[in-house]
Amino acid sequence: MVDAALRASIDDPAAALAARRHFMGRVGVYAFLTFFAFIYILPLFVIVANSFRELPEIIKNGLIGFPHSFSLKAWSAVWSTYCVGGTCAGIQHNFFNSLEMAIPATIISTVLGLLNGYILTKWRFPGSEVIFTCMMFGVFMPGQISLMPWAFILGHIGLSNTIAGLILIHCVQGISFTTLFCRNYYLNIPDDLIKAARIDGAGFWRIFFKIILPLSSPITIVTVIWQFTGIWNEYLFGVVFTAGRSQPITASLIGMATGGTSIRVYDVMSAGVLIGAIPPLLIYFFGGKYFVRGLTQGAIK
Amino acid sequence: MSSLTISKLRKSFGSVDVLKGVDLEARTGEFIALVGPSGCGKSTLLAMIAGLETISSGEIRIDGRLVNSVAPKDRDIAMVFQSYALYPTMTVRQNITFGMESRRVPRDVQDAAVKRVAALLQIEPLLQRKPGQLSGGQRQRVAMGRALVRDPKLFLFDEPLSNLDAKLRVEMRSEIKRLHQRVGKTTIYVTHDQVEAMTLASRIAVMHKGELQQFDVPRIVYDRPANMFVASFMGSPSMNFLNAEIADGQGMTLKLANGEGAPISVGLANPLTGRGAAANVVLGVRPEHISLHRPERAADGRASAIVPAIVEIVEPTGAETMVGLRLAGREVTARFEPHEAPDVGQTLSLALDMSKACLFDAKTERLVG
Repeated sequence: MVDAALRASIDDPAAALAARRHFMGRVGVYAFLTFFAFIYILPLFVIVANSFRELPEIIKNGLIGFPHSFSLKAWSAVWSTYCVGGTCAGIQHNFFNSLEMAIPATIISTVLGLLNGYILTKWRFPGSEVIFTCMMFGVFMPGQISLMPWAFILGHIGLSNTIAGLILIHCVQGISFTTLFCRNYYLNIPDDLIKAARIDGAGFWRIFFKIILPLSSPITIVTVIWQFTGIWNEYLFGVVFTAGRSQPITASLIGMATGGTSIRVYDVMSAGVLIGAIPPLLIYFFGGKYFVRGLTQGAIK
Repeated sequence: MSSLTISKLRKSFGSVDVLKGVDLEARTGEFIALVGPSGCGKSTLLAMIAGLETISSGEIRIDGRLVNSVAPKDRDIAMVFQSYALYPTMTVRQNITFGMESRRVPRDVQDAAVKRVAALLQIEPLLQRKPGQLSGGQRQRVAMGRALVRDPKLFLFDEPLSNLDAKLRVEMRSEIKRLHQRVGKTTIYVTHDQVEAMTLASRIAVMHKGELQQFDVPRIVYDRPANMFVASFMGSPSMNFLNAEIADGQGMTLKLANGEGAPISVGLANPLTGRGAAANVVLGVRPEHISLHRPERAADGRASAIVPAIVEIVEPTGAETMVGLRLAGREVTARFEPHEAPDVGQTLSLALDMSKACLFDAKTERLVG
């Protein structure tokens, strides 16, 4: 009986037409998406390909072209021997500078954001809303505005041209974002939990560590990813406040691109750019799904 | 011995007065229900007893000790929240022991306490679960367990049953009552449900607009409500109000205004003296005190007033039938036995049980007789 009905529906010309239309529609959609995916992936492909091509071949066949040679020379050169800004030790030093800067700055600004969010939602005090509003100015303020004040401050406290100076800058610049994220997340944690814990005899820190923090993994992941990629990719402060071996990798890549030599070393530059992009890519690769989940996660039931 | 004394308690948020001088006391072992519509200040009052809200002025004493500025954890109280407020990342056992951990109670004492409470509430099989894996009723039990484990001077309940479905609410209600009878701790119970207040409380505090309207045993609050607000809030369907005028100087009869028709005359069970004729009053009659007039029933000696009314709507609920009537130009509701229920459109002769009726001053809305 069911079989008969199914066969009838396939024989039905109107149904067959609808099915064919649906199929054609799908083909159209996928063709469209594939085209755009190709456009988006092309720059990455060009850079990856160029990092493995030999420079003469790039010059002969053009920047955008299918590779006709394969070599790892560019990678080892940019890592350890290429000359940037007068020293010929590659960019490995700058890579580790970036790690030394981004990891502590991420941890410190995230911890401060978690604490600020906790205080601004669960331990409100007269004026706490005003403080929050003031902190939010930092979200909308472009970094350039604070260049001069930072130059002054770093000079005064003796942190010019140091990684510690950049860590300080990124902590302060990032605290607005981390506070905003954590505060908005903590608004969804019911105040009754805090009240119950207060009656249970827990204080500020015990409530934070035992109740708030265990609920915070989604927003912590979001904040860490946001801060780490933001700090890693930032170059303005790096270029302005550090030089040579103290620079983070983004600043040294700029140095490479604007360097004095007349020949553009596309193979080495491509490898350098990729080395500079690996940590944020890894972070997104492993944490991306938590990032989306954390941003969209609502109330804790 | 009273375990809670509240005197002249006030609370204002900015220019808004939430509590306007509340006096309340609970004797040891009592079950006090704070009842009132939302926004009446009952939850604020509870939060102030718990120490979660500051006090604008007045005094709160727990077991004789002034606790106005004592931290919640040092007030020797336990509280059950409407949302249960179970710590979501902890197991049931950890939820129950969290308070003892905070107070550094030795491990073996903790284990014994958990065992006792889990047995009392029958939650032993749930101890290793997280709150997210529990049903509403189970969460409610765990929340009570967390309070019970403390053995406090005072139990505070903030609308603990309002998140449960109707059937479970009735079950948990009697469970709370049994629990209170067994444990015998002084309890302050906030609810907006007058049935919960009636069934559970040894005394009911009715609140409205930040003021205590009446504080008495359930029977009195129901039978002799202090004012028209209490009368209409307690009881469902609510008490019927009929505008009336005292007909004679002795206060023996009332005249019910009847729109276009001639006023209806009603005899009072007890004379209302000292007001003189023509004073305006409001007659309050509960739905269950209105019945069909039958001569043989009237003979039982109770003072009844016989009034005519037209049936407008009939609502059977099964156990009883609610009948909407037009009496003296007003809509009134009466509670009938299902087999006595009239038909829509009928004109009935009704007997009002005047011995149970309440009289309120038309202006002050206070009970006068």
